[in-house]
Amino acid sequence: MISDQLVDLSRLQFAVTALYHFLFVPLTLGMVWILVVMESVYVMTGKTIYKDMTRFWGKLFGINFALGVTTGITMEFQFGTNWAYYSHYVGDIFGAPLAIEGLMAFFLESTFIGLFFFGWDRLSRPKHLMVTLLMAVGTNLSALWILIANGWMQNPVGSEFNYVTMRMELTDFGAVLFNPDAQAKFVHTVSAGYVTASIFVLSISSWYLLKGRDLEFAKRSFRIASAFGVASVLSVIVLGDESGYTVGEAQQTKLAAMEAMWETEPAPAPFNLVAAPNEAAGKNDWAVRIPWVMGLIGTRSTTQVIPGIREIKEKNRARILSGMTAVSALEALRHNPADTEARDRLKAHQADLGFGLLLKKYVAHMEDVTPAILQQAVDSTVPRVAPMFWGFRFMVGLGVLLLALFVSAFVATLRGQCENKRWLLRWALYMLPAPWLACELGWFVAEYGRQPWTIYGVLPTHLSVSTLTPASLYGSLAGFVGFYTVLLVVEMYLMVKFARLGPGSLGTGRYLNEPAAAH
Amino acid sequence: MLDYPTLKIIWWLLVGILLVGFAVMDGHDMGVGTLLPFVGRNDVERRVVINTVGPHWDGNQVWFITGGGAIFAAWPLVYATAFSGFYWAMLAVLWALFFRPVGFDYRSKIDNPTWRSTWDWGLFVGGAVPPLIFGVAFGNLLLGVPFGFDDQLVSTYTGTFWQLLNPFALLAGVVSSAMITFHGAVYLAHRTEAQIQARALTAARIAALVLLATFTLAGVWVARGIDGYVITSVVDPAAYANPVAKTVVRQAGAWLANYHAAPGTLAVPALAYAGTLLALLALARGRTGLAFVASSLMIAGVIGTAGVSMFPFVMPSSSMPNASLTVWDSVSSQRTLGIMLVAAVIFVPLILAYTAWAYKVMAGKVTAAFVKKHEHTAY
Ligand code: HDD
Ligand code: HEM
Ligand code: HEM
Repeated sequence: MISDQLVDLSRLQFAVTALYHFLFVPLTLGMVWILVVMESVYVMTGKTIYKDMTRFWGKLFGINFALGVTTGITMEFQFGTNWAYYSHYVGDIFGAPLAIEGLMAFFLESTFIGLFFFGWDRLSRPKHLMVTLLMAVGTNLSALWILIANGWMQNPVGSEFNYVTMRMELTDFGAVLFNPDAQAKFVHTVSAGYVTASIFVLSISSWYLLKGRDLEFAKRSFRIASAFGVASVLSVIVLGDESGYTVGEAQQTKLAAMEAMWETEPAPAPFNLVAAPNEAAGKNDWAVRIPWVMGLIGTRSTTQVIPGIREIKEKNRARILSGMTAVSALEALRHNPADTEARDRLKAHQADLGFGLLLKKYVAHMEDVTPAILQQAVDSTVPRVAPMFWGFRFMVGLGVLLLALFVSAFVATLRGQCENKRWLLRWALYMLPAPWLACELGWFVAEYGRQPWTIYGVLPTHLSVSTLTPASLYGSLAGFVGFYTVLLVVEMYLMVKFARLGPGSLGTGRYLNEPAAAH
Repeated sequence: MLDYPTLKIIWWLLVGILLVGFAVMDGHDMGVGTLLPFVGRNDVERRVVINTVGPHWDGNQVWFITGGGAIFAAWPLVYATAFSGFYWAMLAVLWALFFRPVGFDYRSKIDNPTWRSTWDWGLFVGGAVPPLIFGVAFGNLLLGVPFGFDDQLVSTYTGTFWQLLNPFALLAGVVSSAMITFHGAVYLAHRTEAQIQARALTAARIAALVLLATFTLAGVWVARGIDGYVITSVVDPAAYANPVAKTVVRQAGAWLANYHAAPGTLAVPALAYAGTLLALLALARGRTGLAFVASSLMIAGVIGTAGVSMFPFVMPSSSMPNASLTVWDSVSSQRTLGIMLVAAVIFVPLILAYTAWAYKVMAGKVTAAFVKKHEHTAY
């Protein structure tokens, strides 16, 4: 049966595989556009160096893409293998964007990536550029659809519970598509991908410049990357997730945890720059606060109040109590579908059904709920504060650092003196891991911050799993970790090898390090 | 909007089309992977073999991914119950597939015999294991799978992994392997020449014989030795999808009932035979393109035979027959099925069109000279 151990292992496996998938995703999302830019310049100017740039960076992109695909396959099927009840309970809504993602996006990117690599001799220049463009559109559409699915988990709009089928069913597809949470996520996440690709090209180009090799190639790459990077990092920061903040309740809970706001403060609320959250006491031991700022960012007004953790919990307590009635009514109805009294009771409390289900983690029947259990359930509705608080701050910190780097690089390249500023080149080189870190932290904040729910307010995580044995989970987790470790080592080896070889690996005879046969 | 029963039937057909699409498209590159270590005897030959599918395997694999997504969207209960029930089988498929993207993409990047032959075997595993396991899974669907639901519709698989490997299911696995290997061999014959082509032709003949023999044997076994399932309560095709509201019994010969009721459906198994024979004939005449079309029809025939035999069942339960999943009661809501139909009607033709274009751009024989000339760009 469903044990806490099973749930924890399932979560761990999902976290490991998703975070791993997202090591490769952001580079793909951004690299495709950099390739489009480089190839467009080639088509317009006819300068061979831009073709070489497209092909060399394309080679590195291909090494990354292969693992993006490998790890994506896991994700597509993992909802069925490990989250069976989830798949049943929300598949009516959640499955559609996933299927459309395949039809609309994966086919496009995967068909045209083949022609991107193999079509150079067989397609005219504009046709090949069109292929590259379609590949780019495909990858970005895939992000759109999966984030529509993920956005719905944070803010489950356009759907309703049906007690006959025992699941959520779609009522308004438009609402799912235009879910403000999904839109905010899409903009922030793809921009994060663009930042990642910009850093990738910028760092490696900087390394060539530091070594004084392949200068023309590296300077041009540096310029494109810094321009694209400035735009992207501004988009990450400015257009980021703030618009999603006040939309759904999930975001309010997250916001309170991310900002360690235990109490509801009078508007406009102060901002905790750094603090020492104390979970047990429900307060911050100390905090450096900036007046007004939180209220301004969080609500874009000076009058709107942002609820603190304590207030959110009290609201949730009421919803759990109402949800208990819904759960009992539903159980009565499952035994006797003709029970109209139970149907009316369910109808009246249906909106809180998910909150009632939270108690199923502790008891099988609602009659067994004690005040202590109720309190436990109430406390579980807000994620632990410290990981959220610090995870968020590190992401933002990295964002600010990246902004500074890109602005400096862009200014230097405009003045035509990037190759002389060794401090800048070194800085760019060392920042290589930064966007990956920020992306992983961002997902951690977004997903851990949704706990204890898989679908916020609708389906608790502990009910979502498949009825497997912990032994199966240990086995599969070990398998994934083993496979993924080997794959990562192989991938990194090739990446480093080809980055070191540089454009000479194309074998055109125009660059350093022309290889004899290998490529 | 179309009515609910019609949509349910359309989605049965569409899932079938996606499965056939997967087996025809991804199947031929899996068949090529299976044959790779045997028809390619040295590095250049193996590169020739790999490059026949090099630009296309990734697009083809999306048939598999989209098939998964479509089952999720249209038959969420099947997605949930089958993939969690067949947990280790599913993981074995996924892990076998891991070898493909890296095998194709990384193999040529380092010029070292050990490195390359490791990935050759990786591509073999990625090509040979999934069809085998899918065949075994289909065999188990025909037998019925031990699973049930509780009050809240939580599904639990109550069997073991090893009982999936029973003789009938293994036979179904061989049918599937032979089918995919045959199809891959036909494709290779179309895209290669000289020695490699000759070896592919030999492989095709052997695979065709195995296919005809095992498919026939499986048919006799289903007719004589395996109980099918029948719904004995009244079915309301327009009802909400509730998989525990019906009564189901096991019955000898039930998997032939549809052929008795509508003899026209016998055309489906006949297509499996006709496709195979036509493909063999075309190969003998050197008409390799035609042979590929014929072997694609063969695939539609083989998969269609399983589908028609079981209709309306998708995943019968051997331990709790009333919980069996059928096209009537394991589906999404009418609204979702309608929206997904619109998406499929728009995108499937587009996909077919640009896939065809991609194959056209890359058409022609792959030769040793080609691989040597494109030392730095080919796989
Ligand atoms: C924001 C972007 C994003 C996110 C959140 C995810 N993916 Fe992803 N995925 C991509 C963006 C992407 C991509 C950029 O399109 C990839 C990455 C590299 C690549 O090759 O394509 C990809 C590849 C990829 C593939 C292989 C596609 C192919 O063969 O072309 C599958 C099946 C999935 N993903 C499925 C998933 C699922 C089920 C996810 C959710 C749990 C998921 N991805 C999260
Ligand atoms: C690729 C980017 C993603 C990353 C890095 C990521 C990260 C995570 C992490 C860290 C967890 C574990 C949270 C915890 O248990 O504390 C998790 C859980 C989960 N995520 Fe994501 N996620 C990603 C995308 C998605 C998407 C797009 C979906 C849905 C479409 C999704 C659905 C889930 C589900 C179902 C769980 C398991 C239940 C849970 O623990 O909440 N994730 N993810
Ligand atoms: C500098 C200011 C930044 C702010 C204010 C910010 C804000 C946020 C917030 C609030 C979330 C959580 C959204 C949710 O819970 O749904 C988030 C998630 C995320 N962040 Fe950031 N972020 C910043 C910088 C960055 C940077 C630099 C990157 C990477 C280059 C990044 C990548 C991500 C990713 C991948 C996610 C998960 C997807 C999502 O939920 O949108 N962020 N960000």
